[in-house]
Amino acid sequence: MTEPLSRPKRKDPLKKTRIPLLPQGTRSRTALGLTAAAAEGRFQLQVCGDCAAVVYPPRDACPRCLSANLPFRDVDNGGTLLAETTIRTSTDVYFRERMPWRIGTVLLDAGPAIVAHLHGDLREGERTRLELKLDKSGQAIVIALPARDTPNMADDPQWRELTCDPKYRRVLVTDGRTAMGQAMAEALSQGGASIVFVGVADPWKPFPGEDRLRKLERVEIVALDLTDTISVNECAGEFAPRVDILVNTAEHVRTGGIIERKGLTVAREELEVRYLGLMRLAQAFGPVLRARGADGINSAAAFVNLVSVFALTSWPAYGAFSATEAACLSAAQSLRAELRPGGVKVVNVFFGPLETEWYQAVPPPKLAPSTLGRAVVQALRQGLEDVFVGDIAEDIRARLAVNPKALERELGS
Amino acid sequence: MSRNTDAIGSPDLLAFAGAIAAGEIEVVDLTHTLSPDFPTIVMPPELGQCAPFRMEEVSRYDERGSAWYWNNISMGEHTGTHFDAPVHWISGKDLPENSVDTIPAANFIAPAVVIDISQQSAANADYELTVADVEAWEAMHGRIPPRSWVLLRTDWSKRNGRDYVNMREDGQHTPGPCPEVVRFLVEQRDLHGLGTETIGTDAGQAFHFNPPYPAHYYMHGKGRYGLQCLANLDRLPPIGVVILAAPLKIRRGSGSPLRVLALVPRARSGM
Repeated sequence: MTEPLSRPKRKDPLKKTRIPLLPQGTRSRTALGLTAAAAEGRFQLQVCGDCAAVVYPPRDACPRCLSANLPFRDVDNGGTLLAETTIRTSTDVYFRERMPWRIGTVLLDAGPAIVAHLHGDLREGERTRLELKLDKSGQAIVIALPARDTPNMADDPQWRELTCDPKYRRVLVTDGRTAMGQAMAEALSQGGASIVFVGVADPWKPFPGEDRLRKLERVEIVALDLTDTISVNECAGEFAPRVDILVNTAEHVRTGGIIERKGLTVAREELEVRYLGLMRLAQAFGPVLRARGADGINSAAAFVNLVSVFALTSWPAYGAFSATEAACLSAAQSLRAELRPGGVKVVNVFFGPLETEWYQAVPPPKLAPSTLGRAVVQALRQGLEDVFVGDIAEDIRARLAVNPKALERELGS
Repeated sequence: MSRNTDAIGSPDLLAFAGAIAAGEIEVVDLTHTLSPDFPTIVMPPELGQCAPFRMEEVSRYDERGSAWYWNNISMGEHTGTHFDAPVHWISGKDLPENSVDTIPAANFIAPAVVIDISQQSAANADYELTVADVEAWEAMHGRIPPRSWVLLRTDWSKRNGRDYVNMREDGQHTPGPCPEVVRFLVEQRDLHGLGTETIGTDAGQAFHFNPPYPAHYYMHGKGRYGLQCLANLDRLPPIGVVILAAPLKIRRGSGSPLRVLALVPRARSGM
């Protein structure tokens, strides 16, 4: 049974902070199909389009019928742990400082045998579920979990290495003035964060929900204005070394396409809050996050972007907004590559219209901010990189995969 | 007069400069520091907002410029301590010389009187300056000279953050002039402009006045000016002050942040 984590002690200021090391991260282009699945928390393997064989490791031709038609498909993840090995020493610098490390051979019910990392509660001969996870290098690995949840299983060291669990981590929610920011603060506080710093801009302006926010457990309000470089730098100066997970809840939702808007005042505000705000956060907090990726139980773990699903394709009714969100998504992809050397994940959480004032005229389904909050906690616990929350986001995701042109045309009607 | 004019009768500016250097004329800075956290006027969120002051470092003796430090700054025309030109308001839109670039430069230097309603404002955040207040002031200090700034001392500039803006669910609550007194000052006292310590020459609730925002409406309608977010008015005497308030020369600009200086004569020590 997994030993429950205890709250980490305050750091010994005389100890050197360990440089984040990464496991080997080279994969073939074909094998990146596993990475794509892991990013969204799917269990996908290649399934031969001609003879239906399930194939692992990824190959360019089916080992049974030599077909090159080997798409990645969702596959049942049940199997049995045939053999386990405990590795006690290694020349690999990443694994060397994480010994002992358990691996084993799992025979998947779907066919192939897979060498997988093992959760501490799984024993030889037992039934298991396999999951594809992104390791610190951002590449897919397979981990074998007990068939049923066990107590404190999220606290297993090999599992926690793959996730960004907010438990005992310190979180910064960048904008607490909105319903979304407040829901996020509450979800993360309940999700086990040891403290949730919540940024509030323009403290001279009251905002709805303020009293409740101030009363939330483990929530501390900090001055942070994402449109002001000086403010972001000052906040980072004070708090960055104590931020393990950053959740950017900045929102700027206004209707109107490109010519519907008269002038650029609102577009500039949008870009200031969203795109430039993201850059400011990345520049101020990113270097410290990247340096603290292996800093113990509460190591830096994730930079979470809450981004509209219309970053992926424009919704002309909110056309200028969509363009700004697209800019944020592009910046987030770059940030992902830039934070990777620190083993820090960039988590993009895509969502559709929220049940808030700015989507007042949009018919349901709309997402409650609290649902989004819980989804973010779940994504962190699962170590996901791309998350689609709610019916609209999932629908857009599915339609984009099938026919992006048709989707563009339909959204423009 | 002989002291202030030279032999051929023109004003003696060297004597003036000497009086400043000697402290006989004190220069009081009526300006707040331009900083990102200084509040701006708040419009309903669906409207565009006045941009707050922002500063981006271009270089600071570093790889972006090894020997020099400088910033790019941005802001709205009505950010921080600022000047309102007549074109700012619809009532002044067709007047000649109504924008900051066309206002005659001589108008940037003018005398000022200070009317103190700080006690009333402390008791009532919605205090409105009335004609009776002005008449009572004149009974003590004499008639307001034509083309004078009227500076409204409320001590509001001593407040911070939330108390300064004083935003409640029904809007902002800050003192200002009632419609009648603005008309009175403009039409019967030929005022040069109105200067306030609050965000706006009008009261916080002036949207509900008739006309809405009377200071903007009547003053700018007659080509007169506004100064807002002033500080240090408590350091000025009621009369005898000269104000230097020259906005940036922005083409067709409706206003601009600026440095506002008050020249205050001080009695020489020993006199």
